[in-house]
Amino acid sequence: MSSLKVENLTVSIENKVVLRDVSFELQRGEILSIMGPNGSGKTSLALTIMGHPRYRVISGRILIDEEDITNLPPDERSLRGLFLAFQNPVEVRGIRLSTLIFSALNKRRGEKNLLKSDPQIIPLLMKNLRDVGLSNEHLQREVNLGFSGGEKKRSELLQALMLKPKFLILDEPDSGLDVDGIKITAEKIKELASQGTGIIIITHYARLLKYLSPREIIVIRDGKIVTRGGSELSYLIEEKGYEALNGDLNA
Amino acid sequence: MRESDINSLIANVPKWEELSELPTPKEIIVGGELRESVIRDISRIKKEPNWMLRLRLKAFEIWKKLPAPNWLLGVEDLNVEDLAHYVKPAVSTKNDFQSLPEKILEFYVSLGIPESEAKYLSGLAGVLDSETILIRIKEWLKKKNVIFMETEEAVKKYPDLVKRYFSKIYPMADHKFAALHYALWSGGAFVYVPPNVKITQPIEAFFMISSSLESQYEHTMVIADENSYIHFIEGCAAPMFPKYSFHDGAVEVYVHRKAHVRFTTIQNWSKRIINFNNKRSVVEEDGYVEWLEGGIGARVSYVYPSAVLRGRNAKASILAVSIANGPYIKDSGAKVYHLAPNTKSEVIAKSISSNGGLTVYRGLIYMAKGAKNATSHVQCDSLLLDNKSRSVTIPHNQVLENSADVTHEATAGRISEDALFYLQSRGLSEDESKSLIVLGFMHDLIKELPFEMANILNTVVQLEFSKIGGVG
Ligand SMILES: Nc1ncnc2c1ncn2[C@@H]1O[C@H](COP(=O)(O)OP(=O)(O)OP(=O)(O)O)[C@@H](O)[C@H]1O
Ligand SMILES: [Mg+2]
Repeated sequence: MSSLKVENLTVSIENKVVLRDVSFELQRGEILSIMGPNGSGKTSLALTIMGHPRYRVISGRILIDEEDITNLPPDERSLRGLFLAFQNPVEVRGIRLSTLIFSALNKRRGEKNLLKSDPQIIPLLMKNLRDVGLSNEHLQREVNLGFSGGEKKRSELLQALMLKPKFLILDEPDSGLDVDGIKITAEKIKELASQGTGIIIITHYARLLKYLSPREIIVIRDGKIVTRGGSELSYLIEEKGYEALNGDLNA
Repeated sequence: MRESDINSLIANVPKWEELSELPTPKEIIVGGELRESVIRDISRIKKEPNWMLRLRLKAFEIWKKLPAPNWLLGVEDLNVEDLAHYVKPAVSTKNDFQSLPEKILEFYVSLGIPESEAKYLSGLAGVLDSETILIRIKEWLKKKNVIFMETEEAVKKYPDLVKRYFSKIYPMADHKFAALHYALWSGGAFVYVPPNVKITQPIEAFFMISSSLESQYEHTMVIADENSYIHFIEGCAAPMFPKYSFHDGAVEVYVHRKAHVRFTTIQNWSKRIINFNNKRSVVEEDGYVEWLEGGIGARVSYVYPSAVLRGRNAKASILAVSIANGPYIKDSGAKVYHLAPNTKSEVIAKSISSNGGLTVYRGLIYMAKGAKNATSHVQCDSLLLDNKSRSVTIPHNQVLENSADVTHEATAGRISEDALFYLQSRGLSEDESKSLIVLGFMHDLIKELPFEMANILNTVVQLEFSKIGGVG
């Protein structure tokens, strides 16, 4: 069965433990959500799964389709079908968004000249570009350079749509987005899921989850999974805050 | 150039890099101890006029007297007397590709040179070892009385014209290797653009060195008469032979009143070449010189395109990008001498150091007394791809005019781990990500190049960083 598995993951950064014994499993086509207060370790989890070099896996494993990818470099993980839409996408000077997209696609097709811009891709690129609400001008700009918060999120979504990953982690895809943006994001996530992409949404808000009805919501706090449940958890959190879960925990 | 050609180019360049020698027949080799007789031999072989022999001998005397430059790094093993001073390939100067030696033609084809010559060049010169082996010129240039030929031929056919400029722009006493160049010079191209003639399609000279322990002292001259325009392109290549070879060329550019010369170099020598390229231009009133320099190859390279702004409102732009990837040294920079009022210069120097490479920027901006309201802006950006690599900036300003304005900006950056991670998370390997970042960093140069050259440069950079594991 095609899945992304995280097994007993304990992770540190700068000698500080940020994830403790985290486990979950995601099947293709499924939607999961991870919630938790600021600084609880959500982004750390996403970056660790993607293979960020500053995060050190102390114990545990990450598997894609039963293959242990814990020690693979990020690009190898990407080529195995993983995609991370960043919470804070970094500015990359000197590289246009279009170049990045073409290069990533060329790499996947074994095209030697990474810079080749295959005209056959352009109609799909234009469609996705329109759908996420960006313009050709954004494509010609350097990656994330001077993009507004919402534009960055739309650009991450665009890249995900172009690369069609097996497993997609979206780290707060809704923060900084306007109402239309949230709607589009939800629709596109649904579309990808229906085409077989397994999806993890990291979010603070119920509004995106309302559209998506994830199979499970996982709540982490201080790097540990503290609660798992259905959509109702997100409403509870939104209404009463994470403190409300304490009772639940203590119970 | 079509997409498919670019792909074939990509497929072919590595093969070339794997070559260790390029077997081409040679007719004459002059080597051994560097004595006056060597210079007389070369002069005799060339059947050149006496004034040129005298010029060589004078340069030879200067060479003997000058000390080795103390600022040179990385050429400790260079001993010019171990090298062949003059290597004449067994080909006569020809005007068509078919008469090139087979291996050379193959290589030209793999780089798409014949095709780009047909499509977008006004003229093409091919230099192999010590001789110019190919000269092609479009009919319309001849009709406009443009002179384009090997430098030796111009010496014979247009002595007065050549004498007016030869060694007058780049002085032979500038440094020891400049003197050596003039003593032994051989091969190269000469261009004269008559007044008001604008050559819209570039003229290219392509330089190759075929084997180890050779020296190439080519001399190239571009003379742009009043209100004319020319874009001259220089390319270089050599195989990865077992030992080193030495290139000590010179480029002299004269920009007359209101003329505009753009001189572009894509230096992609193999990592076996010690490269000196002595480049200087003189610019008259309202003239404009542009030096675009992409220094990718060579084991050690010393290149400082310079401009002497002699007339009012003369202008210079110098854009130099150099890459030191591996245990190599790229010493480059720009020199501008502002001698007249309202002269203007802009220098952008970008360097990339990787895998233990060292890049050096050495610059000089000189503002003479009386260069009223002259302005100069120098921008040096260096990018380090890892902790092993280094970059040094040595700018030097000499301002003798109060109303002149010189500004200098320098940035030094290391590739950010997060930017690299971001690109890797999209499936690009570390090396691929670096090569994209490098290409982006070089964008200022690339956007100034004709489409075909930009593609070649893109390819070369990608290759450079795709073989990062195997340099040396
Ligand atoms: N480079 C670092 N050095 C030290 N601590 C770090 C570093 N990076 C992250 N942390 C810490 O790790 C913890 C988890 O951070 P993380 O970014 O994973 O939180 P988060 O759950 O994504 O929060 P938010 O909801 O605000 O995005 C925080 O306490 C954070 O300060
Ligand atoms: Mg976060």
